[in-house]
Amino acid sequence: MARAVSTQTKIGWTIAAWIVALLIFFPILYTVITSFKTENEAISGFNMIPSFTLDSYREVQSQYNYFRPFMNSVVIAVGSTVLALLVAVPAAWAMAFSPTKHTKDILMWMLSTKMMPAVAVLVPIYLIFLRTGLMDTRIGLVIVLMLMNLPIVVWMLYTYFREIPGEILEAARMDGATLQQEIVHVLTPMAVPGIASTLLLNVILAWNESFWTIQLTTTNAAPLSAFIASFSSPQGLFWAKLSAASVMAIAPILIMGWFSQKQLVRGLTFGAVK
Amino acid sequence: MAHSIRALAGACAVVALAAPAMAETLTIATVNNGDMIRMQKMTKPFTDANPDIQLEWVQLEENILRERVTTDIATNGGQYDVLTIGTYEVPLWAKQEWLTPLSDLPADYEVDDLIPAVRDALSVDGTLYAVPFYAESAMVMYRKDLAEAAGVTIPESPTWADIKTAAEKMTNKDGEVYGICLRGKPGWGENMAFLTAMANSYGARWFDMEWKPQFDSAEWKAALTDYLDLMTNYGPPGASSNGFNENLSLFQQGKCGIWIDATVAASFVTDPDNSTVADQVAFAQFPNKEGVDNHGNWLWAWSLAVPATSDAQDAAKKFVAWATSKAYTDEVAAADGWRAAPPGTRTSLYENAEYQSAAPFAAMTLTAINSANTQKSSVQDIPYTGGQFVAIPEFQGIGTAVGQQFAAALAGQMSGDDALAAAQSNTEREMARAGYPK
Amino acid sequence: MATRQTQSLARLMRAPAIILLLIWMIVPLGMTLYYSFLNYNLLNPASTSWAGFFNYKYFYTDPAFWESIWNTLVLVLGVLLITVIGGILIAMLIDKPIFGQGIVRILVISPFFVMPPVAALIWKNMIMHPSYGVFADIAKFFGMSPVDWFAQYPLFSIIVIVAWQWLPFATLILLTSLQSLDGEQMEAAEMDGAPALSRFFYLTLPHMSRAITVVILIQTIFLLGVYAEILVTTNGGPGNASTNLTYLIYRAARLNFDIGGAAAGGIIAVVLANIVAIFLMRAVGKNLD
Repeated sequence: MARAVSTQTKIGWTIAAWIVALLIFFPILYTVITSFKTENEAISGFNMIPSFTLDSYREVQSQYNYFRPFMNSVVIAVGSTVLALLVAVPAAWAMAFSPTKHTKDILMWMLSTKMMPAVAVLVPIYLIFLRTGLMDTRIGLVIVLMLMNLPIVVWMLYTYFREIPGEILEAARMDGATLQQEIVHVLTPMAVPGIASTLLLNVILAWNESFWTIQLTTTNAAPLSAFIASFSSPQGLFWAKLSAASVMAIAPILIMGWFSQKQLVRGLTFGAVK
Repeated sequence: MAHSIRALAGACAVVALAAPAMAETLTIATVNNGDMIRMQKMTKPFTDANPDIQLEWVQLEENILRERVTTDIATNGGQYDVLTIGTYEVPLWAKQEWLTPLSDLPADYEVDDLIPAVRDALSVDGTLYAVPFYAESAMVMYRKDLAEAAGVTIPESPTWADIKTAAEKMTNKDGEVYGICLRGKPGWGENMAFLTAMANSYGARWFDMEWKPQFDSAEWKAALTDYLDLMTNYGPPGASSNGFNENLSLFQQGKCGIWIDATVAASFVTDPDNSTVADQVAFAQFPNKEGVDNHGNWLWAWSLAVPATSDAQDAAKKFVAWATSKAYTDEVAAADGWRAAPPGTRTSLYENAEYQSAAPFAAMTLTAINSANTQKSSVQDIPYTGGQFVAIPEFQGIGTAVGQQFAAALAGQMSGDDALAAAQSNTEREMARAGYPK
Repeated sequence: MATRQTQSLARLMRAPAIILLLIWMIVPLGMTLYYSFLNYNLLNPASTSWAGFFNYKYFYTDPAFWESIWNTLVLVLGVLLITVIGGILIAMLIDKPIFGQGIVRILVISPFFVMPPVAALIWKNMIMHPSYGVFADIAKFFGMSPVDWFAQYPLFSIIVIVAWQWLPFATLILLTSLQSLDGEQMEAAEMDGAPALSRFFYLTLPHMSRAITVVILIQTIFLLGVYAEILVTTNGGPGNASTNLTYLIYRAARLNFDIGGAAAGGIIAVVLANIVAIFLMRAVGKNLD
């Protein structure tokens, strides 16, 4: 009896959850469907079944070779994230385990650096990039995106590290563990989920950054944000083509997100789980 | 140091490109419109003839491209070797000495074949600073079948009253046919290009001889009132977000009776592959108000220029000469038919019998371009040049801000009078900041 | 002894991040501050001159200035409201035992992976377009005339797009918090006959308060800087109806190429953002300890 009710309730909740999920996902789904339509289908009213043509993809590819911006996006997103972690892990570690009375203020200050509107500093940065030869290089973008996301990375890691109970540390020290042993054997395993989800979140943020990546590149380092800027204004009938280009720009990160969803969620606590 | 970082970063890219030794790379910045995309696909003859020149393309949406290119040229960045810019930028940038003069074009380029109005618009003190890729004026495009069914005729040189009558009769909102489609999307190159030309044809002007804005004049009021009246009664829904491209789509799908816009659209609306009304389109001159001898004076040419900072000047000049040559036109004609030839740049194209028969709009386009006077676009005295724009550096900002006010009026968020008043005070403010009168 | 060693080590570990961010902040900020006192237009670099406080005065006397501040507030608060309330509801929904939980979760978080210009393009052209959008198709199906979203409800449309992008983030964080809720306590309350609503207000909500704080803090930082969605859809219009402060600065810098004016706007924005930050910390900061 109780079981029957619970199955019924479960079905009820399932239906509700699926409706909500599909509504939220719908814009993406419809874009994917439209990308397989012909241009005429794309504008002739609501239609969920395309004719599965690949014409739009071919057209987009012939206009802009997808491979190069794709590789640039990968290199820039991963590179800036790894660099940010290299800098941020020690900093967050120190802040979490040897806090001073200024730690909180420093963290807030770090976050506040993100509030500067990027466009206001474009000309200075552009000039610096020209002088140092960083213009249109992946290294240049890696550096900028690393700095842009560093505050979030430090903060996220800090909140995560802080949840690692200090007693374990104490216990290890009592057992005569050296600092190195402490880090390798005790803390690292506990910190990995937090680092993993910080990494994933940062890759997403870097992948989706679309101001600096357009303004500081021409051809060599231009990532997918520049790719999409080549298709963003209508040219007669362009709905299917725009959909195809959009799908090409978001598919890699979307698929990565789907596969790593569990890891992403596990560490995405910002110290909010108590 | 600077170079080593760059070399290091670029190493992968260089390997991937496997460039032949000594090759020069041209970085070409273009707008992502149809003709430019076609050019990118048709460069084989050029690269075959110049195996030591490599072409790299940067294609961006118009506004982003303008931002990128302007930042680069103003900071002497030298990121680009060939720029796609319009008749608005060429004289302004040439005066800043940002562009390389194109005075030594090869003899077979036949520089005298360029249509004089276009050539003048790209020259400063008789020196050419950019070569036209395609050029346009504005004209009326309308549906023969709808006009016939509605029992109206649009004369070759219509007045705004003619247009209004025709738009009214052609409108059938239940059938999703709107009598008239005009630009409403805010932007100095979008709704303000059209509205400036329309205002010209009403006898209005942007500034008087003391650079005082004239939105409080009776002429502007008449022009804007009629525009709003036309669009609210006979225009499509959502007109305040329609620009050139949106209207093109609407017209191609048979949703517009009349469309007044750039002449370059003619080849798209008569293209049977993309247009459902290809064989039903007729053309007329840009309208004027009764008693005002002015047909808008719209003139625009997407042109190729070589920035002074380019480190491959000779190769770049070779390229721009090729891309705007007669030979290129012939190639396009051979590949995609004469109707697709880049219009508006060369007199010889309009004397070509094949083109004339393939392009029913040829004569009207040429008339429109030839009659555009960009030196004096208003019937009143004006201190500025330019046709559907005012050729001062501040115009991009001012034009777009004013365009926003007029778009708000079109969207019904404020009255036409309020929009004009806001435009007036806004422009006064900007002009004072820029230090006018100079 | 160990502590002294650890402390100097800690200082060493903190240093790179702090120094890098210090440089990243001070160099551009210093240059922006400098530019903000110049008459410097990119299109006319030759006539650059000292401007004093003129750029600041010019920026805040812009008729669009106060409107843009108001729009910024509406945008940030609107998106926060939608994402927090929506996030709580959705988190509670997908926390229930349901079939296909994994897939549902994937679908719900997907918008977060879409880059802002693409999100704006999708909504503008596929969903809200007055002729070809899905909303227009629905309206036509019911015999109504389609709404021109970006002309009639510009700010609301942008709030919808931005909220759609941030809803997954809020949902995820709130979900992790929800999952750590003590089940026994909840059961006990249920046994005592506490109605669902009061269980929610007395147990669930207080438990999630910290997560809500985090959502508000992080999102505010990003929401203050929204401009790509505006650029793609409305260009700040019609009129100034959807111009926020960041877009106003964008307009000065990228359309007027007024570097001095944009720099002054940037400094004003930084000051305001920090006021917001302090206010935010006062209001919700206690939750973070």
